[in-house]
Amino acid sequence: MDYIGLREEEKLIQQELISLKATVSAPTTTLKTMKECMVRLLYCEMLGYDASFGYIHAIKLAQQGNLLEKRVGYLAVSLFLHESHELLLLLVNTVVKDLQSTNLVEVCMALTVVSQIFPREMIPAVLPLIEDKLQHSKEIVRRKAVLALYKFHLIAPNQVQHIHIKFRKALCDRDVGVMAASLHIYLRMIKENSSGYKDLTGSFVTILKQVVGGKLPVDFSYHSVPAPWLQIQLLRVLGLLGKDDQRTSELMYDVLDESLRRAELNHNVTYAILFECVHTVYSIYPKSELLEKAAKCIGKFVLSPKINLKYLGLKALTYVVQQDPTLALQHQMTIIECLDHPDPIIKRETLELLYRITNSQNVTVIVQKMLEYLRQSKEEYIIVNLVGKIAELAEKYAPDNAWFIQTMNAVFSVGGDVMHPDIPSNFLRLLAEGFDDETEDQQLRVYAVQSYLSLLDVENVFYPQRFLQVMSWVLGEYSYLLDKEKPEEVINRLYKLLMSDSVSSETKAWLIAAVTKLTPQAQTSSTVERLIQDFSVSLDTCMRQHTFELKHLHENVEVMKNLLPVNKSCEELVVDASLSFLDGYVAEGLSRGAAPYKPHHQRQEEKLSQEKVLNFEPYGLSFSSSGFTGRQSPAGISLGSDISGNSAETGLKETNSLKLDGVKKLWGKEGYLPKKESKAGDAPEAPPVPPESAAAENPDQAGAKRDQAQVLVQSKEEKEKQLLASSLFVGLGTESPINLLGKADTVSHKFRRKSKAKEARSGDVASAQNLTCSSLSSLSSATYKGNDCLATVQGRASAEAKELPLGPELLDPECLPELPLVGKLSDGNLSVPPLFADSDMEVFHPPLSAVAAAPAAAPGTAEITLAASFLEDTAEDTCSGGVEVCGDETVTVSSYKLWQDDGFLMGWLVAAESGSELQSANLDIFPAENFKVSERPGCCLPVTEAGSSRWFQYSLQLERPFTEEALSGAVRYQLVDTQAGQLGFSVSLSLLDFVRPLKISTEDFGKLWLSFANDVKQNIKMSEPQAALPSALKTLQQKLRLHVVDVRGDEGLLACRLPPSTSCLLHCRAHADGLALWLRSSCPALPDCLSYQCHKALEGS
Amino acid sequence: MIQAILVFNNHGKPRLVRFYQRFPEEIQQQIVRETFHLVLKRDDNICNFLEGGSLIGGSDYKLIYRHYATLYFVFCVDSSESELGILDLIQVFVETLDKCFENVCELDLIFHMDKVHYILQEVVMGGMVLETNMNEIVAQMEAQSRLEKSENFPVTLHLSTR
Repeated sequence: MDYIGLREEEKLIQQELISLKATVSAPTTTLKTMKECMVRLLYCEMLGYDASFGYIHAIKLAQQGNLLEKRVGYLAVSLFLHESHELLLLLVNTVVKDLQSTNLVEVCMALTVVSQIFPREMIPAVLPLIEDKLQHSKEIVRRKAVLALYKFHLIAPNQVQHIHIKFRKALCDRDVGVMAASLHIYLRMIKENSSGYKDLTGSFVTILKQVVGGKLPVDFSYHSVPAPWLQIQLLRVLGLLGKDDQRTSELMYDVLDESLRRAELNHNVTYAILFECVHTVYSIYPKSELLEKAAKCIGKFVLSPKINLKYLGLKALTYVVQQDPTLALQHQMTIIECLDHPDPIIKRETLELLYRITNSQNVTVIVQKMLEYLRQSKEEYIIVNLVGKIAELAEKYAPDNAWFIQTMNAVFSVGGDVMHPDIPSNFLRLLAEGFDDETEDQQLRVYAVQSYLSLLDVENVFYPQRFLQVMSWVLGEYSYLLDKEKPEEVINRLYKLLMSDSVSSETKAWLIAAVTKLTPQAQTSSTVERLIQDFSVSLDTCMRQHTFELKHLHENVEVMKNLLPVNKSCEELVVDASLSFLDGYVAEGLSRGAAPYKPHHQRQEEKLSQEKVLNFEPYGLSFSSSGFTGRQSPAGISLGSDISGNSAETGLKETNSLKLDGVKKLWGKEGYLPKKESKAGDAPEAPPVPPESAAAENPDQAGAKRDQAQVLVQSKEEKEKQLLASSLFVGLGTESPINLLGKADTVSHKFRRKSKAKEARSGDVASAQNLTCSSLSSLSSATYKGNDCLATVQGRASAEAKELPLGPELLDPECLPELPLVGKLSDGNLSVPPLFADSDMEVFHPPLSAVAAAPAAAPGTAEITLAASFLEDTAEDTCSGGVEVCGDETVTVSSYKLWQDDGFLMGWLVAAESGSELQSANLDIFPAENFKVSERPGCCLPVTEAGSSRWFQYSLQLERPFTEEALSGAVRYQLVDTQAGQLGFSVSLSLLDFVRPLKISTEDFGKLWLSFANDVKQNIKMSEPQAALPSALKTLQQKLRLHVVDVRGDEGLLACRLPPSTSCLLHCRAHADGLALWLRSSCPALPDCLSYQCHKALEGS
Repeated sequence: MIQAILVFNNHGKPRLVRFYQRFPEEIQQQIVRETFHLVLKRDDNICNFLEGGSLIGGSDYKLIYRHYATLYFVFCVDSSESELGILDLIQVFVETLDKCFENVCELDLIFHMDKVHYILQEVVMGGMVLETNMNEIVAQMEAQSRLEKSENFPVTLHLSTR
């Protein structure tokens, strides 16, 4: 058919399709003919023609045909349809029937179709049948069943959670094929959460040992290599398991060594195994012998004449170069050769490698090589990727201003409109914010302005829109820095651009903004007037608006100068985000009977709840309860601000007024809150690191390298290459390589994190810019005071996080034997409760976070380990005398916290120094605002010598929720030798001290939920919300001691109580960009406090 | 995981298209076309790996291909597959085809498209490698064709009488 013209082929196929359509829809067509038609239809569809009329017949064929016809039917279905195609539902019954068939072939066909294509919501219908197949006598059936279950795990992980134990059985199957199939599942699950499968390391190692040792039947060998694909899979699994885990890694050293040894290079596939081996050796906890061997292997790859192996060698080098830069040095000549390799793929991989070893000394050479490659390549995907890297390197390591600007110019003109939008905004941010050195910044800006002006002077060159936008912003902001160039001339150039046809309307808006900024600086400008004339009749409404703004501002130069000050792009704008100036308007609207405003997400949820025909909710969540909307309606805002009388003030005080809390949440999703958060997160960041300090310099070593290279001089060409090598590999010292690279790595890390946090900031700058240009009316006097608050809170949180020393001994399996006892202790709720002896939150946290870090298999064990860690602390503290809160030469006071199931106790031990005896001691607790303190006699400490110490115990009851509070008091004492004194102390308490899990059923949860009136909603941004829910629930359970009531799909219910009688419910739902928390409680302030704690816990996890 | 398996001839005509991830019909055709152009540009003596480009998954995805006479066999895989391993898997697949069809050629792929798919189903199922043992695959196929013959018998009779 290839030799017939394209058009003729089309004609032929269309004819064929017409006749096929007639045949399949004729009632007399037999299934036998139908089968033939189906294969033809498949062929047509593969060529790209529409054969959708045959889909239903494919299903019919699978339902009704005999074995062979059914096979074609299934094949056609799996090729024609996709998982969410509605016709697929018609197939479910057939699949169920075939799965139950006694005919092996039918079962296999059904399993195959299930693993290729199956509607997610119908999984429960076939799941039990497929589970049964895991015990089938035929290994081919077991194997296919395992893969079908793996498919389910991919599309609906929740539904197969309960059969994880069966996967373990499959791993131990007597058939190697079944075991190999189960490795797919394990590879996936270990990638998601390696800590849960550490116990299987031994099994994987044993399997690999047997495979490597040739214990498998000869059938499994491929070119006399025993089961190479199985080996590759196992090595990957081991690499994931051993990552950052010395103990686990130690188990696999032997077998890796053997693999490396056994893999004699006689076939392509042994290289595949070797490559995996090397990858694994470098992934797991390092062992020097193995690393040495692996390095040798990499050498074999890199030096191989086979291009595939060379490619993989480069890939391996790229992977390991951060751990071992000397390896790149060893192969520097090969790398240089690869830079000029005819295969662009090899070249790209080489650039990738160079990108990883870039430092401030070789950056110019490497970036030059990248730009060369960039200019040759035409594929958009490559350009986007490479442009990003160049921009990153340029920002990080730029040696001087001129180079930086020129490189960025190249990036913008080549990357043009395909590059990531972050690149221009990061660049502008860098220009605007500058470094520490003001003169340096000014030079950079001047240079940028100059270079852009000269670029614009070149005739008949078209720059990408993004580049023009960058230019216009920079010219608008910084052309005042130029002495010789008058603003009028700059305006003229911008005007010329504005009139050009090749400029998009978005760019025109940028240009007008730039002109607007320049206008107050210009003495007189006829161009501006001309521009106003030209564009006030523009058809583009946006342009017209900008022009009118410019026109009106132009009439009043004083206002304009105030409004558009020079070099103030980084100053924060004052924005009345509560929109209080609209209060009057809103109140008027409401009084006229308008519906109160509902935020977008609420409207959507209401819509959703109305659309739902069947209520799948486990409890009676009603989204549209009138009380709820009423509480959060903007009527609240207007009232609030009316009362205070001054709208600006409400903007300031929003943190402690209840109604405005609601407001804050209301606007949260649309930008106000996120903006604030991003700013707050931004604040504690370190200032940009100047590129000079970004990498360590080592000129001596570079020189030495060069000498070494010169020994090998042979030809001129060679010489050139070596020169290149010395410039490329400079700074990759041999003496302290790890140190150097480690340093570079932290720098890059810092930078990257910063740039992310600042992205939002740059967005702010941009939007602020827009504000200056257009919506002047919205400026008002309220400020972002809340920022500072948030910033300090976050700062404190991060400081706390830093203080947490991890207690690795807690994770030690050696303390496991103690657990049963501890479990009994805490379960039994003995009259002597386990003593948790730590004085304040900072010290209290470590065991908790340690437990959180140790992902225990089941929540139950987590609780036990928690208790165990407390018990250990107790044992420690009885010796050391608790945590001292105050003291003098004669007396020390230590405090203890005791968490009981139904309350919270604080204990103080007043102890006299040795040699003296306490005659009397009094402890007074100052009344606290938020909780009630009452004395509670009794002693939980192991008895101490009565004469020298006194024990005071108080029970604390929460009266009003808070996040953190200090409890202070004083001790008066009298020693036997009549010396008396007084000591004051203070202990900080957290809300978490009072939170206890509330164990209720889902039903009760639903009832309680409806009965509670106070609620707070919060969105927490997360990178992978779907995966995040289980881990978030776990975090909440462990850190906040919430009880997980139920988990359904992407929703989770949690409950807690605060003894004696308050409780709080939490509903969390994972959605596309985060986690939505919804808290309800009977106590008004509690949801807010708890949501803060949740946020803190989840942020920290 | 294997995302797609494409076989096309030197002119870019698809001979076997199997996607394990859902793409709309037009996108599938576009992927085949673009892959063909990517592969066609490459000499025979350079490496068998290619980055997939923006169309099929981005930087995490690789195209691994082999060129046999008139046909290109292209596997599109993500980073969880070993490049060299897949390269040998293609070899296994082609050798199996060769055994089943006795000197496989492009026409076999056209006229026995269903059979080629059945063979592929034994090697790769739902994007996962199921079987790499050539003898095992051939045995499975033989069992199935025996089935075919026994069922076909009355039909051939019917045809001959007509």
